[in-house]
Amino acid sequence: MPIPDQNMIKSQSPSIGAIAHKRWVKGAHFIITLSFVALTISGYVILMSHPRLYWGKAGNDLTPALFELPISRNYHHNGWAQSIPFKNLNGGQVSAARTYDIFNKNGWGRSSHFLAAWFLVITGIVYFIAGFFSGHFRNNLAPRRSEFRLKLLWRDFAAHFRRQTHNTGKYGLLQKVTYLFVIFFLFPVVILTGFTMSPAITASYPFLLKMFFGHQSARTIHFFAAALLLLFLLVHVVMIARSGFKRNIWAITFGR
Amino acid sequence: MISRRQAILTGLTSAGALLLSGCLKKAPPTYGNILRMGDDLTYMAQRGLLSQRAMAMEYQKSDITSFPVTDIGDAADPASKNAYSKDYQQLQQNNYKDFALSVEGCVAKPRKYSVDDLKKLGARTQITRHTCEEGWSAIAEWTGVPLSAVLKDAGILQTARFVCFYGFDKYGESIDMLDAFHPQTILAHTMNGEDLPARNGAPLRLRVETQLGYKNVKFLQRIVVTDKFTDPGPDIKSGWSWYTGI
Repeated sequence: MPIPDQNMIKSQSPSIGAIAHKRWVKGAHFIITLSFVALTISGYVILMSHPRLYWGKAGNDLTPALFELPISRNYHHNGWAQSIPFKNLNGGQVSAARTYDIFNKNGWGRSSHFLAAWFLVITGIVYFIAGFFSGHFRNNLAPRRSEFRLKLLWRDFAAHFRRQTHNTGKYGLLQKVTYLFVIFFLFPVVILTGFTMSPAITASYPFLLKMFFGHQSARTIHFFAAALLLLFLLVHVVMIARSGFKRNIWAITFGR
Repeated sequence: MISRRQAILTGLTSAGALLLSGCLKKAPPTYGNILRMGDDLTYMAQRGLLSQRAMAMEYQKSDITSFPVTDIGDAADPASKNAYSKDYQQLQQNNYKDFALSVEGCVAKPRKYSVDDLKKLGARTQITRHTCEEGWSAIAEWTGVPLSAVLKDAGILQTARFVCFYGFDKYGESIDMLDAFHPQTILAHTMNGEDLPARNGAPLRLRVETQLGYKNVKFLQRIVVTDKFTDPGPDIKSGWSWYTGI
C-alpha cells in the first residue's frame, strides 16, 4: 500500500497540480536562489580580471593556459615588459612586469562573492540537515524502486524532447535525478573547489589540493561546475514556465 | 508552539549574533561597509575553525613556475608616478649596500637591521605558491629570516597585536600576530636561489603564505608593531579586504 506523502500533497485550488512545499524548503530555496544569482554575477566579475584558465598546481600569464575567455579587455592583452630569466633555474622560468592597466573590480567582487557564499553555505547546511531528518530527500527526491526502469527513463527523456510537461504534484524521474545531481554533486563540488582556492583553508586541509589536482585545476573545475549550475538554473526556469509559471512560482514562494 | 526546528534555528542565529558582537570589538574596522562585515565574518571563522599552525603546501623544485610582476609600479623608476621613491632609487644604484630595515613600535629595542644582520637571525627556505586575487598563481623558492625571529630579537611587547609593513613603493599592509608568528611568514632576501631580483621586491620582501599575494609587501622599508589596528596601505581604504586567507 502506498504511504501517503507528507511533504508533498496535492494541494487544492488555487494551485491545482502544483506541489505544496514545506515552509523551510521554500525559505531555503529563496535564499539559495538569491545567493546563487549574486555568486554568478560576482564570480563573472572576478573571472573578468583574469579570464585565463589552467590545469595543475599553478598558472599565470607567463605559463600556458588551457583556454582563455574573451570576456574583458584583459583578454590577450599582451601588455608585458621583456622577460627576465631566473639565472639559477634551468626550466626556462622567467619573470616579467605587466605594463597594461587591467580591468579589476575584485575589491568588491571578491568580498561580495564571499558574503553571498556565506548565505549559500549556511542555508545549504541547514537544508541538508533538515532534508535528511524530515524525510524530504527520501520521500520526494529519491527515485522509487518502481521508477528504476529504463523504459520509464526513456519515456521521460522522450517527453522532454517533445517538450511535453505534466504537473502531477510529484517530481518526475528525470527531475529527481537532476535535483539530486545538483544538490549532492554540483553544489558540493563548487563549494569545495572554492575552498581549494583559499590559502588558509588549504593549509589546514591540504587534501583539497590533492583531490582537485592543484590550485588552478580547482579554479577550472569551479568554473565548469558553476557553468553547469547556471545551465541548470536556465533549464529549471524554462521547465517552470512551460508547466505553469504562475502556479509554480506561487508554490515555491508564498503559496500553501 | 515552537517546533524543534525553529528552536535550533533561533539558537544558531543568536549564537552567531553573540559571536559577532563579541569579536567585532577586536576586529579591524569595517568602514561602515556591509562587505567588510562579511570579510570580518570570514576572518573570525577562519581563525576559529582552522588550525593556526597548519603549514601552507610546500612544493618540489620541479614545480617552480614563471612569476609575473603585477605591482603598483617600479619604486626605482621616476616615471612610475605612484610607486617612485628617490631614496629607493639611490639604494638600488648602490646595490642596496646602505639598506637597513627599521623595526619600531611596540618593541623594547627598536632598531635598524641590514640584510646581513637579518641573515644572522636565521633562515628558512620554502617552495610555496603565490596566490593572486586576480586568479593566477605562481610557485617560487624563497629564502628569508622568519619574521618571528626578527620580532623576538627586537623585544616584541605583550601589548603587540598587529604588525604593519611599509614598502618604499608607498604600498603597505598589516597582519595579526597569528600570521606574524606563523613559521612560513618570512622576510625573503633570496628568490629561486639568487638575490631577490629588483622587480620582485629587492632587497627584502614579506612572504605570508597563508594569505593572498597582495599581503606580500615588496621593497620593505619599515616594520611597525602596533597595539591597535592600523591600515598602512592604500588597499583597504579603497575597498579591498584586509584579511585574505580566503
